Amino acid sequence: MDFELSDEQGMLKDSVERFVKDNYSSEARAKLADSEAGFSEDHWKMMAELGWLGMPFAEEVGGFGGGAVETAIMMECMGRGLVLEPFLATVILGGGLVTEAGSADQIEAIIPAVIEGNMKLAFAYAEPKSRFDLNNVETTASKSGDGYVLNGHKSVVYHGTAADKIIVSARTSGNAMDEDGISLFLVDNGASGLTRRDYRTVDGQRAADFTLENLKVGADALLGVEGKAYPVIEKVVERAIGALCAEAVGAMQQANEITNEYIKERKQFGVPIGKFQVLQHRMVDMYMEAEQSKSMSDMVAMKLSLEDEKERKRAVAAAKAQVGKAAKFVGQQSIQLHGGMGMTDEYSIGHYFKRLTTIEMLFGNTDYHFKKFAELSA
Amino acid sequence: MDLSFSKEDLAFRDEVREFLQNSLPPDVKDRCDRGLHPTREGQIRWQKILHEKGWMAPNWPKEYGGTGWSITQKYIAAHEFGQASAPIATPFGVSMVGPVIYTFGNQEQKDQYLPRILASEDWWCQGYSEPGSGSDLASLQTKAVRDGDDYIVNGQKIWTSYAHYADMIFCLVRTDPKAKQQEGISFLLIDMKTPGITVKPIYGIDKENSLNEVFFEDVRVPVKNRIGEENKGWTYAKFLLGNERTGIARVARSKRQVVRVREIAAAEMSGGRPLIEDPDFIAKLTRIEVDLMALEYTELRMLSMLANGKKLSAEPSLLKIRGTEIQQRLTELMVESLGMYGAPYEPERDYAGRNDIHPGPDYAHGPMAEHLYLRAATIYGGSNEIQRNIVSKMVLGL
Repeated sequence: MDFELSDEQGMLKDSVERFVKDNYSSEARAKLADSEAGFSEDHWKMMAELGWLGMPFAEEVGGFGGGAVETAIMMECMGRGLVLEPFLATVILGGGLVTEAGSADQIEAIIPAVIEGNMKLAFAYAEPKSRFDLNNVETTASKSGDGYVLNGHKSVVYHGTAADKIIVSARTSGNAMDEDGISLFLVDNGASGLTRRDYRTVDGQRAADFTLENLKVGADALLGVEGKAYPVIEKVVERAIGALCAEAVGAMQQANEITNEYIKERKQFGVPIGKFQVLQHRMVDMYMEAEQSKSMSDMVAMKLSLEDEKERKRAVAAAKAQVGKAAKFVGQQSIQLHGGMGMTDEYSIGHYFKRLTTIEMLFGNTDYHFKKFAELSA
Repeated sequence: MDLSFSKEDLAFRDEVREFLQNSLPPDVKDRCDRGLHPTREGQIRWQKILHEKGWMAPNWPKEYGGTGWSITQKYIAAHEFGQASAPIATPFGVSMVGPVIYTFGNQEQKDQYLPRILASEDWWCQGYSEPGSGSDLASLQTKAVRDGDDYIVNGQKIWTSYAHYADMIFCLVRTDPKAKQQEGISFLLIDMKTPGITVKPIYGIDKENSLNEVFFEDVRVPVKNRIGEENKGWTYAKFLLGNERTGIARVARSKRQVVRVREIAAAEMSGGRPLIEDPDFIAKLTRIEVDLMALEYTELRMLSMLANGKKLSAEPSLLKIRGTEIQQRLTELMVESLGMYGAPYEPERDYAGRNDIHPGPDYAHGPMAEHLYLRAATIYGGSNEIQRNIVSKMVLGL
């Protein structure tokens, strides 16, 4: 049993840390978030050159064969800088689905392009009524000739604007909520029958809603076995949750450091406000929540490779529940301890608060995962 | 990063499990599982079995009689002890004064005291708190005045756990009243049989006597019973408090408590169904379980840092704060799960010589006693508020 990083992992951490330090000052990030695309193509190329976009993929397809621990190391560093590039959407979610479910041809057509930074992906799983249930799919895909016709509405697809291909979950049989009968389809962004509504999200990122109206795709668009996509979706979403937990840990640690510095400097009643015990104890509670989350994030990164499905799922639910609870507490109290300054758009702390707020809800909020943990523990 | 156990680790786990199955006396196990105070006789009987196995002091260096276990083995052993409701050795000797003696004591002191701690020949107690010195420990007033080869000790200690069982007490005393508070303190080892020592019981809110007052009236203590240098006792005292915090999370015990809560809640009925199916109840239990899991991995992460040669400052205070909060939340929930049978309560001595047992289901005997006693958990060992002050200063630099 060991929580230490290997030499290679330590080098990866240093390298991502340096990238964040050099490119993600609070001003630089604000500028990027306000730009047309919402992130930087130059950064994306840099990430490709540094090999980060290939980190979790097998060596046979040009990747580095990294696992959830490597992903967590990168995401934690990126969380510190609130990095905006679509790493999670493209590499972890999109890349994960293609490698888990795709045919050799599909993998060959997509993964090397992802690794080189030439293709971006997004995963359209949520629907207006699905809330956090991955199995609640009402979008339909009916057989038509050699291919399928898709109809439905996919909501809040993170980085759906920038993605070259959208991976859509749709029902090929059964009723909404059935785990069986869900299939995945690779759809070109801009295909006819696909209407996209782009918008910004509160955390400074980009997302889109998609309407699918008699969208025709060929048989080769089917990703994996027809009707059997649910276990694959669950597995890849588990990894995305692990990655998000790590991102949240980085964001919480940074938010705590910013706040800690602020209360050392801000003076009221003739002393730094950090001399007041009530604020000291609040800050200690924020520190403890971040530490407890770091432990859960490390734990889940190590347990994501477990074969034991129940233990793995329990670990994921527990980690997301702890991180969600901590993200809300740290985010909100960071604003509180900053006083009026925390309310300004110009100052960095509010942006941490907003990203922590969305991380809490993505892939199931705290209540959802507590419930899931309880079911798995019964 | 790696969470897996090696084949040797798994073999070790089986060895611990088998040892506990065969060697833990049922009466000792029963009291521990219910959360009742140990009896002196039962605790010593069990510790002698541990000593015979060579497992009395997992945290001591091997040269002084430690087990030489790896971090992983210590974790496994703690987990198995918790699951089996096997008491750990009383901390005052093996966890508190023992490390002070082998770290700061002279050879004669090591030879005299360490083997007797391992063999449970001396029951130790801790003479730190005084009526006027609780969280502000350095303000202590008990004084020791040099007289030839002796110190003459006068003063009073309070909240002394198991002083009525003890053969020896380690004491912080003021040897230089003129020096700054922290600089005039010495660390003495005192035989409880020395004339002039009086132990007076304090009955707690659990109606039991585990706490005491200890009075010193012209007590002669040989100078050779002083640890280290005169007036440097605060250094040793802080070292001891630091040691105390690492074991205090009691994760393994809390994991056992989760199982007990589940057992009780499965047997109790509420609204025509088992309490364990009540969504409000399960929501409370689940939140504790997740906090406990996070604490378990925080403790492992810190142990891993130590094993890799890294130093911790006040991080273990987190273990103390969260660990004791969880212990209290669990006993509170356990009492809640009993419904009305949480109410019947009589001190154990009232049952002596009476031919009856605790009313209600068998599992109702214990939770309230532990719930009452564990209100102290967030107070002792440096209150949780003091722990937050320590983290604020040492880790956050506020």
